[in-house]
Amino acid sequence: MVTADMKCQEFVELVTDYMEGSLPAASRVDFEAHILECDGCEAYLDQMRRTMQTIGRLSERDIEPKALARMLELFNDWRTQSDHRGP
Amino acid sequence: MAGAWVGAVETAPPRTGEAKIDAGQVVDRGALTAAAQLHRLRSGDTGEFERLVVTHHALMCRVARAYVASSAVAEDVVQDTWIAVLDGLTAFEGRSSLRTWIFQILKNVARRRGQREARVVPFSSLMATELGERTLPSVDPERFIPPSDHEWPGHWLWPPRQWEGGVEERLLHAETQALMAASIEELPPAQRTVLWLRCIEGWASDEVCLALEISAANQRVLLHRARSNVRGSLEALLETS
Repeated sequence: MVTADMKCQEFVELVTDYMEGSLPAASRVDFEAHILECDGCEAYLDQMRRTMQTIGRLSERDIEPKALARMLELFNDWRTQSDHRGP
Repeated sequence: MAGAWVGAVETAPPRTGEAKIDAGQVVDRGALTAAAQLHRLRSGDTGEFERLVVTHHALMCRVARAYVASSAVAEDVVQDTWIAVLDGLTAFEGRSSLRTWIFQILKNVARRRGQREARVVPFSSLMATELGERTLPSVDPERFIPPSDHEWPGHWLWPPRQWEGGVEERLLHAETQALMAASIEELPPAQRTVLWLRCIEGWASDEVCLALEISAANQRVLLHRARSNVRGSLEALLETS
């Protein structure tokens, strides 16, 4: 009777706690048992995982060339000031 | 201060790992790489600094933006942070990762700037506002069987579908990526920042908690709301056409 209590509506609120490994053991057992018997929640969990993967493919590595040039200038100034540094 | 850095980097092994180079010993590659990177930065290697800036700058602007009133001020904060990083490089002891250290400096610079401008919203109050808002459910309640039902209250009425076949392919389309980026932009700032750090930058949760000074529980709440929101937008897109 471990699964009787968990409703799908509760399941969707526990997904992050589950994925983060922060569900208490008893809830984890209920959660996993629920996945086994509920196709909708199995699909939901899978959608959350794919959402994460898809977000992970975005990247934020863009820096405007002007900003980068300014930072490199800062670095040069810093290097020149620190004349104790070797070549 | 002059000259101290050479000895410091070469004699003191990083504290976090077992970075012993003796044969047969475990070598913590991460710690060695970090030590080498630090060494190059300290000795004025422009390429190394450029890599560091390219890796972190945009995200730093994003995090700074959570503290200050405009993107322009955020850019200033980040620039001041890089200056502080360079000035502190000699004294940096490698107790935390370079990244964690940089973001801690960023947070301090942003906060000081915020106090000066007085119209700035610190991350903690952004977060308090977001967490204090009435919690929207992760999924529209209409999709569940209503509580009045005797047999299956709270179970799916309109369950989500498996994303497979054509839907799966569409996840990779530029259109989908653009929608996702847009739906992340629309998130409240604290949610957005946590999501970026965790999912895009791949930070561990304790690192995020440290950088943003939030509790693990609050971090999870923000992450959960952000993820649930973005999933909902994706589902709507993928299942409409």
